[in-house]
Amino acid sequence: MELRKNQHLYRKLHSLSGIIPVGVFLTVHLFVNYTATWGQEAYNTAAGIMVNLPFKYFLEAFIIFIPMYFHAIYGIYIAFQAKNNVGRYGYTRNWKFLLQRITGVITFIFVTWHIWETKIQVEFFGVDANYHLMANIVDNPISLIFYIIGIVSAVYHFANGIWTFLITWGITVSPKSQKVSAYITLGLFVVLSIIGVRAILAFA
Amino acid sequence: MPSHDKIHLIIRRQKDAASAPYHEEFYVPYRTNMNIISALMEVQKHPVNRNGEGTTPVIWESVCLEEVCGSCSMVINGKPRQACSTLIDQLEQPIRIEPLSTFPVVRDLVVDRQRMFDSLKKVKAWIPIDGTHDLGPGPRMAEKTRQWAYELSKCMTCGCCLEACPNVNHQSPFMGPAPLSQVRLFNAHPTGAMHKEERIEAIMGEGGITTCGNSQNCVEVCPKGIPLTTSLAHLNRQVTIHSFKAFFGSY
Repeated sequence: MELRKNQHLYRKLHSLSGIIPVGVFLTVHLFVNYTATWGQEAYNTAAGIMVNLPFKYFLEAFIIFIPMYFHAIYGIYIAFQAKNNVGRYGYTRNWKFLLQRITGVITFIFVTWHIWETKIQVEFFGVDANYHLMANIVDNPISLIFYIIGIVSAVYHFANGIWTFLITWGITVSPKSQKVSAYITLGLFVVLSIIGVRAILAFA
Repeated sequence: MPSHDKIHLIIRRQKDAASAPYHEEFYVPYRTNMNIISALMEVQKHPVNRNGEGTTPVIWESVCLEEVCGSCSMVINGKPRQACSTLIDQLEQPIRIEPLSTFPVVRDLVVDRQRMFDSLKKVKAWIPIDGTHDLGPGPRMAEKTRQWAYELSKCMTCGCCLEACPNVNHQSPFMGPAPLSQVRLFNAHPTGAMHKEERIEAIMGEGGITTCGNSQNCVEVCPKGIPLTTSLAHLNRQVTIHSFKAFFGSY
């Protein structure tokens, strides 16, 4: 089977695509969102720059959709190959392994719904991409809760993904370097979560 | 607290490879300094279960009795370990003993660890030195390298790391940490390094190094304290370097 024969290549592409470009895009996206805490005007200006980038469809396809859905679909395949065993082996890193899979699945569902609510509506149903689009979505408290869970899951998946990326590419080899990178990525998780959650609350 | 007159064992048994597993309980007389093997030997001497019914003796595998051969791996109170070095006095009772779940059960506690030996063949975990004439002494290994390489050479193919790994199971082709760590060992050897690329390419196949999901359970359960996760990460580095060299060219 092709999928099995080229497993090494797919796994490496999976690891890479999670950080470059998907993780980088996630960070940029959360930063743009954060401008909402400065008010509607600021957000509409920042979002306006993103929407008016040249070669937008090309950028969206190759920086966002293709790598992201490759990462997501292949990731689901990987996640369901694991027999999770935190009950028997309750070590911190085993929990992180399980959480990486859970947050991956949540993020997949959340992002697909998020694209439906925003991008698809804008492209195919003539809805304007601005502050009000988001404000209307998170006006519903259930949607807001799902957004907060989705953002925190995506950020966890990204931050812990950096930790595993550094191992997968042979950058952090010694236990000491893996420990330091665990603290740094934990810090990144906290910081990006605050940025992401504060931004969504600015719409509510 | 360990009882001072009898030991309570709950053993997961299986008649043969095809039959369904069941549990059988035993009381064996306590002596000081017993290990799991000596408790099983008591069952063998007097194969009567907790209910006083005669039964078949429990079958297990063990060879060296000093934690170097790797054959007596079992899941004891939920953790994969060596039956020989697991002391009764340090365990909570009842003591639950199961065969490793990663490997096919042959009978009772005996499992077939063949897949690990197949993996060692697949990754070429040896150093080819045979020739048609005397090749003379090989290059010397630096003492510093020898010190960490010796730790990796303690691997006894016991299978505890495969048992604990969430990515080693029937749905996944992952060969597990033990054979991979051997690649690092043989690639570090000055003569073995001459065939480094062959081993790297072997672990870039299906079920190889990239199937590791970094749960790092392996290093927690290894009875020999082998730095398995360091080996895996180091192999990731070797693979990255090898891939660059293979694609862009190297001399």
